[in-house]
Amino acid sequence: MTRRTRTWLLLMPAGTWFLVMLLLPLSVVLVFSFGERAPAGGVVPAFTFEQYANLPARWAAFKNTLTLAPVGTLVSLLIAYPLAYFLAVKVDPKWKTILLVLVIVPFWTSILIRSYAWIFLLGGRGLPALLDWVGIEGVRLINTPFAVLIGIIYGYLPLMVFPIFVSLDRLDKRLLEAAADLGATKWNTFRQITLPLSVPGVATGCLLVFILLMGEFLIPALLGGGKVFFVGNALVDLFLQSRNWAYGSAVAATLVFVMLITVTIYMRLIARLGASRDDVSIM
Amino acid sequence: MRIYAICVYLFLYIPIGVIALFSFNAGRHASQLQGLSTKWYGKALDNPFVMDALQTSLLVAFVSASLASLFGTMAALALQSVKGPVRTIFDMLIYIAVMIPGIVIGIATLIGLVTLFDQLNPVLAALWPDDAKPPQLRMGMGSLIAAHTMFLMALVIIIVRARLAGMDRTLTEASSDLYATPFGTFWQVTLPMIFPAVLAGFLLSFTFSFDDFIIAFFVAGSETTLPIYVFSSIRRGVTPEINAIGTMVLGASLILLISAQLLLRKGERKAK
Repeated sequence: MTRRTRTWLLLMPAGTWFLVMLLLPLSVVLVFSFGERAPAGGVVPAFTFEQYANLPARWAAFKNTLTLAPVGTLVSLLIAYPLAYFLAVKVDPKWKTILLVLVIVPFWTSILIRSYAWIFLLGGRGLPALLDWVGIEGVRLINTPFAVLIGIIYGYLPLMVFPIFVSLDRLDKRLLEAAADLGATKWNTFRQITLPLSVPGVATGCLLVFILLMGEFLIPALLGGGKVFFVGNALVDLFLQSRNWAYGSAVAATLVFVMLITVTIYMRLIARLGASRDDVSIM
Repeated sequence: MRIYAICVYLFLYIPIGVIALFSFNAGRHASQLQGLSTKWYGKALDNPFVMDALQTSLLVAFVSASLASLFGTMAALALQSVKGPVRTIFDMLIYIAVMIPGIVIGIATLIGLVTLFDQLNPVLAALWPDDAKPPQLRMGMGSLIAAHTMFLMALVIIIVRARLAGMDRTLTEASSDLYATPFGTFWQVTLPMIFPAVLAGFLLSFTFSFDDFIIAFFVAGSETTLPIYVFSSIRRGVTPEINAIGTMVLGASLILLISAQLLLRKGERKAK
């Protein structure tokens, strides 16, 4: 067996799998998005932009996604940065690994059950009851944008902490000492050395969280109670309830398209900031 | 700063802790703690729907994680020596598989496979002998395993490739200089070094598949996985039984994840 045949044989199963289970389905979505809805629930092949022209009907879902995803990313960043800084710079090296693992592990456990925990905490008998007890009455938390935001932060905070930690941990601590020796204040050292050097980590963290949030379904479904819905919720509705495949495909294709555009613009901005793109894996 | 860190850790772990605490609730109401007992665990484990869903989830996770580890490792090994368009295509496929939201993967697989089956089923029926009932391709366990395997394969390729990249290449070169066959080199040099990464990839894939809700929601057909069961129970209301199931699922994932972490670390040390 030549080296060439061996390589091909090794690549065959994965290649075929990607072809049938990834490229074929995605092409079907693209083709269907130009089709027309069939009375029985399928799609009549056609070439029309009718479905795309109808997109404004789901404008609210896009609006919610495009506000809560960036806001969620930003708030996660603000909470994650000090923690990552603490773990990378302040904490005793002996405890570093275990403390970091404690942050990451929740991310790899079921997001369904972790979001469910907040239904429990934010629901009538949870925090509102506690607030009631201390004298603040009539607070409604569940099924509000606030609840969805809490769920988002809770779900994706670990994913934000990790890349920032990695970039801060790599930072040469002697730079900080040198700055201090040269009489820089703590704030100036942070602003002129630490912060710029952590930009790649911040960029990676924001990108990962933002991408996942764009396709979110569970958190708004569980904590938004049908009032705060994302594009993901619209898609479930279109495919599993109203069975409008053609329109649903157009919504899905638009979601991916919007994602690509935002991510491309974002990458350009980061590149312009002068940060090198840093590949940081999740674990 | 330390107080801030403690607050964040509390934020991360209090909700999990509350779920675990209330799963030992002796009372019937989900949100009133009335003494401790393990009766809801017993109830959950006696519930045939839960056990059915659990069995489906375990089977799907095991088969798709195995297939993904096998094919993913094969591809990662081959990609090591491939350059040019083939490599670019694979890099793009992995990138697409990871970038596209799970919900879009779920939808695409649903309509893609239904369309494909609609084409294939009449062909199968025509080819089948008259007296036997022809098999019908439909959404179910098979489509779920296929969809999970696709996504997990990308994950395994990423993990194993990272390991291969960190590997000392002189070892495999030395092995072939000493007249080992390609297979001998693979079996005695490469495999022992990448094995921890492959196993870690398997464990992560298993957890991912076991915890996945959104892809399964679209492609599982009439099958119910544990996350689908939990989701529909939550829709009907919060019960101590869900707390018990949740606690068991979280506990099991924690054990798997910590093993995966230890394996990855051990592998790193070994290769140095």
